[in-house]
Amino acid sequence: MTPAALSVRSARKRFGGLVAVNDVSFDLRPGELLGLIGPNGSGKTTMLNLISGALKPTAGEITLAGERISGLAPHRIAQRGVARTFQLVRVLPGLDALGNVMAGAVFGHSRAWGGEARDMAAALLSRVGLSGREHMPVTAMTYIDQKRVELARALASDPRLLLLDEWLAGLNPSELRIGISLIDELRREGRTIVMVEHVMDAIRSLCDRCVVMSSGRLIAEGGVDETLRDPEVIRAYLGDDDDA
Amino acid sequence: MTGFNLEETRNLALGTLAVGVAALLPVFDQGFYLAICVNIMLYAALCTAWSLFSGPTHLVSLATAAFYGLGTYSVGLGIDTLPYPVLVAIAAASGAVLAGLVGAMTLRISGVYFVIFTFGLAEFVRQVVTWLQTKFATAIGLYVFTDITESQIYWMLLALTAAVFLTGFLIARSTLGFALQIIGNDETVARHVGIDTARAKIVLFMISGAFIAIAGAIMAPRYSYIEPPSAFNPMISFLVVIMALLGGTRRLWGPLVGVIPFTIMMDFVSSRFPNHTMIVVGLAFLVIVYLIPNGVTGLIENARARMKGADTVAREKTA
Repeated sequence: MTPAALSVRSARKRFGGLVAVNDVSFDLRPGELLGLIGPNGSGKTTMLNLISGALKPTAGEITLAGERISGLAPHRIAQRGVARTFQLVRVLPGLDALGNVMAGAVFGHSRAWGGEARDMAAALLSRVGLSGREHMPVTAMTYIDQKRVELARALASDPRLLLLDEWLAGLNPSELRIGISLIDELRREGRTIVMVEHVMDAIRSLCDRCVVMSSGRLIAEGGVDETLRDPEVIRAYLGDDDDA
Repeated sequence: MTGFNLEETRNLALGTLAVGVAALLPVFDQGFYLAICVNIMLYAALCTAWSLFSGPTHLVSLATAAFYGLGTYSVGLGIDTLPYPVLVAIAAASGAVLAGLVGAMTLRISGVYFVIFTFGLAEFVRQVVTWLQTKFATAIGLYVFTDITESQIYWMLLALTAAVFLTGFLIARSTLGFALQIIGNDETVARHVGIDTARAKIVLFMISGAFIAIAGAIMAPRYSYIEPPSAFNPMISFLVVIMALLGGTRRLWGPLVGVIPFTIMMDFVSSRFPNHTMIVVGLAFLVIVYLIPNGVTGLIENARARMKGADTVAREKTA
């Protein structure tokens, strides 16, 4: 059996008295798109931060294709092939769009430089719908275009695992359609992706499987429709009948 | 590595030409102008080397005096036993080692703590040297007698400045330069695209520290007599920061724009009003920080951007 693309084993993160992620375990097959959902404050972003190395787990183990990555510095994890976007979009204001995307190509998993990195970045910019705007200052771009730049930057490293932290949040309905079809394309080409998302339409149409977190614990896991029907998941989102 | 583009070739040609012209100076004057140009060249090397690190990282280092003094002492201690070029190499190596140690210890601390630490370091090194000398040698000072002339010192400083510029130019074209640009923009992103941010900063601090130590080694023969208060003079650290900020650190040649007028002014002030130099330095610091926080080159660039903006507006109106 080939090892899971990503395996999270009893991951735990404690901030003082608060356990933000409490013994969470799940696996990801190669080429799978997993939705990580749950109410606000349930620990989803903390979970992503544990995978990308922004935070070190207090206990537990995370492996990427069988190699342990938990406890490594974020740049080492990026070099092993984990790329991410941020909940609040983070572009590099002093660089143009091309420079932003090249940043992903040069130091991460793909390690390109010079003309090769430039060509790769230009191809990715046109892929996310920004061709002709390579030299535009990113600060002059709209929110969705900045998000596109960020996605292109993550893809530039040719990641083995892509982490999207609410990449669709804050988009208007027509932008949302474009965003969903972009992620759908990535799924079709066989990328392994974990997406944290609140947009349920996106979860339903894109995800193979989903994992639901509430108060730091994993409360449900499985196919999207059955999981969203799970009484405990409904209770986590909407509260008990008595509360209503 | 890709070849040089048109702009880079032009800059290299201009740089070579400038070095060639500057090298002719001692032919025309051996007195006052040469003396002041030695100072200008010294601070050009120091400020540009300082900006190599402090420009992109935004970390203000006050350790210049520590590296400089280390370079001066490398020559002072070894001049009777080893050939001068070897001592310059030893100075560079000790500067790099000290910077590496300091970097490994401090680059995780940020902002104002880094400033205080580097300032404390310079004082600490000075105290250690003083202690060692009183403990193991008979006198506090060292004599440096060589047959190196003022012209030769000038040429060595010019070569050093050229080397610092060339290094800065090559770094800017390298992956290290690109990494630093990203770190300066957003360190979190830098880490998550795979940049070892601590390593990049330490490498840069070591390069910068080595160059500053070489400057100290070159200046040692000019002092003749070296003692800790002059070799590790904190004033050097402050002047380097002021001049680099006056010129601006966004461009490689930025500090140079601050060094030339400031060195001439300091020379004037210290000869006419020798008791008031500290007041002038203090006032200059305030004026620069309040009025031109991005330096003269920052002002020039902003003006250029405004003109360009006005240009496009005008074109749009006529269109």
